Amino acid sequence: MTEMMSEIKRDHMMKLIAEGKRLDGRSVTDVREIQVLTDVIESADGSARVKLGKTEVIAGVKIIPGTPFPDTPNIGVLTTGAELIPMAHPSFESGPPGEDAIELARVVDRGIRESGMVDVEALCIVPGEEVWMCFVDIYALDYDGNLFDAANLAAVCALKSATIPGEQYGKGENKPLPITCVPISITEVKVGNTLIVDPNFDEEQISTARLTVTTDDVGNFRAMQKGGRGSITLDELSLCLDRAVEKGAEIRKIIG
Amino acid sequence: MSGHTDMVLVDENGLRIDGRTAEQHRPFKIEAGVLNNADGSAYVEIGKNKVLAAVYGPRECHPRHLQDPTKAIVQCKYNMQSFSVSDRKRPGPDRRSIEISKIISEALEKVVLTELYPRASIDVYIEILQANAGTRCAGLTAASVALADAGIPMRDIVPALACGKADGHVLLDLNKEEDNYGQADVPIAIIPSTDEIVLLQMDGNMTREEFDRGIKMAVAGCHELHELQKDALKRRYSKKAQEASE
Amino acid sequence: MEKRNARQTRELVVPGDILDGTGMRPGENAYVLDGKVRASVMGVRNVFQNTVGVIPLRGGYMPTAGDTVFGIIVDIGPSNWLVDIGAPYPAPLHVSEVPWKVEFGDTSRYLTIGNVVLIKVLAVDESKKISVTMKDSGLRRIEGGRLVKVSHTKVSRIIGKSGSMISMLKNMTDCRITVGQNGWVWVDGEDENADVAVAAIEMIEQEAQSSNLTDRIKEFIEKRIPQDEEDDYDEGDE
Repeated sequence: MTEMMSEIKRDHMMKLIAEGKRLDGRSVTDVREIQVLTDVIESADGSARVKLGKTEVIAGVKIIPGTPFPDTPNIGVLTTGAELIPMAHPSFESGPPGEDAIELARVVDRGIRESGMVDVEALCIVPGEEVWMCFVDIYALDYDGNLFDAANLAAVCALKSATIPGEQYGKGENKPLPITCVPISITEVKVGNTLIVDPNFDEEQISTARLTVTTDDVGNFRAMQKGGRGSITLDELSLCLDRAVEKGAEIRKIIG
Repeated sequence: MSGHTDMVLVDENGLRIDGRTAEQHRPFKIEAGVLNNADGSAYVEIGKNKVLAAVYGPRECHPRHLQDPTKAIVQCKYNMQSFSVSDRKRPGPDRRSIEISKIISEALEKVVLTELYPRASIDVYIEILQANAGTRCAGLTAASVALADAGIPMRDIVPALACGKADGHVLLDLNKEEDNYGQADVPIAIIPSTDEIVLLQMDGNMTREEFDRGIKMAVAGCHELHELQKDALKRRYSKKAQEASE
Repeated sequence: MEKRNARQTRELVVPGDILDGTGMRPGENAYVLDGKVRASVMGVRNVFQNTVGVIPLRGGYMPTAGDTVFGIIVDIGPSNWLVDIGAPYPAPLHVSEVPWKVEFGDTSRYLTIGNVVLIKVLAVDESKKISVTMKDSGLRRIEGGRLVKVSHTKVSRIIGKSGSMISMLKNMTDCRITVGQNGWVWVDGEDENADVAVAAIEMIEQEAQSSNLTDRIKEFIEKRIPQDEEDDYDEGDE
């Protein structure tokens, strides 16, 4: 059955949020409880299962020797993919990744790539011929809003705990994947005129605009993405940027 | 089934590389009701296999042209996640996954009381998080628990396990090496209350005698697995069953 | 719905489990194989007269004729609306089954997508086509208040023995509360009181198995809403 929200619920939630309250009792800036489990999949070179409230995502890293891009002959390759598989929500359909999954993957990728999280220069095996290729694959398992932040967390935790499988390919010893920093994204949505951090599914449904901001360890901005058909003001943008730095630092501490 | 190895899969004492005897299955683990959104769900480990199954339904049938006016259809989608195997698998259904999806759907249609929900669809999703031979059996085992978890009427809960042959020995529940380098692989699923077979495939080379011996082991193994399936549901919901009456 | 017998074992049964081998007939959610009655769903074994069946623990709501339910309008056609009532199938509400005279194509003027309605199930045919009506007393479009969705299996728990639980909820929270057979419950009252009523209903759903649930709900509400001495009158039935 379609997951249509009743107008009663919509009205009630909008009223509450305008007063700075949320149905689950959180403040407008509270992030839900985060649970992270790494090394959950042996067949992967790095893996993490993350719960952000009731949203659950799994990410796996596979590191494989391959050919570098011609314009960057000594640099490793990083590729991120995401799938919104139908088990995660009754509205998700089977099939190749649609625009939502693609946007999700590209935003997570941007944060990782632009922050230089993975030291791709250290992934060269034979200059000009062979480099390590990192494939990050993310699957949503249970969707209750804010896949952007859950997917980002899963991807970075999987990468942080990943091992380059040198021995499997006869290319030296196994080594931890070289990591320089941990990009954390903070997503907010606009409901009426209020910005709320880490929206759940219902809050996303009544929102008009969404902003995801990714910061690095020193609080500099590495990636941003505005989504949704609404707009945000310059002041709202400023508020989001402040919150992204503050909440990003909090989360970075939680995941260690 | 086509590899060759110098590895000894079954030694002179009849012990396999993971220390099991021919009739021993790998360790089983089953949890019911592990996801929030899905109407029913289950997580299963058989040896190093890690499998998640989720059920939605009965619900409106999509695509509409597949609707059956007399009963519900069971649509199963089996998928291996990219990192579930040692050589990364490209995302998306391949021919193997499509075949497995079909035979699992057919196995489940036999047990689900589909006549109760005409025009509807019961959607089953199986994700292989980590693979080590026998994923279709682990998947079907998880799917059955997920269906019961969803409260979908069915005749019985279906367990599935494979038997096979490696180094000339008939074995229960092949692991990855035995499947890759062995001589036969026979996944089977049964309805425990009647021992009817709802899934059966075979590839390799077996004599009639070897096959009969293998089936017997597989059916016994299925019954053991079935106990765990029931136990997973009871563990999850027993407390809730003690409702005060009106 | 079959009456529950208090003296039954409360052990959980799962599909395939044998309920009886002594010749009883199959009740709800049970079937016969080789002379034995077996469960077809997960739930509690239940004996009713000479039949044995299962009271399901899980599973979606299947409407029966006569059920009063809440629904949400999910689609509009020129001569009907489609209503989500939490069943496997949407229920078409035809213009002839509403209290207004609706011209062909004018349907969206009366009910739009997202509107909540209180309707009654007229019939469910063999192919499970559900027909509903809004043309009975009390049935109407619902505005304001909160709609809480709980499992339909908990409806009797929320109503309580002879309506005792729901009367207590209404009296103590001073809210109008209507329970749909589909487990969707409408609560209307002052904001803070309604919050407590909703929380109490969700607590009943979570802890339906507790034996002293009524007392715990009473305590829960008392802590949050001061109770006057003279709140004994009946709110009037919904």
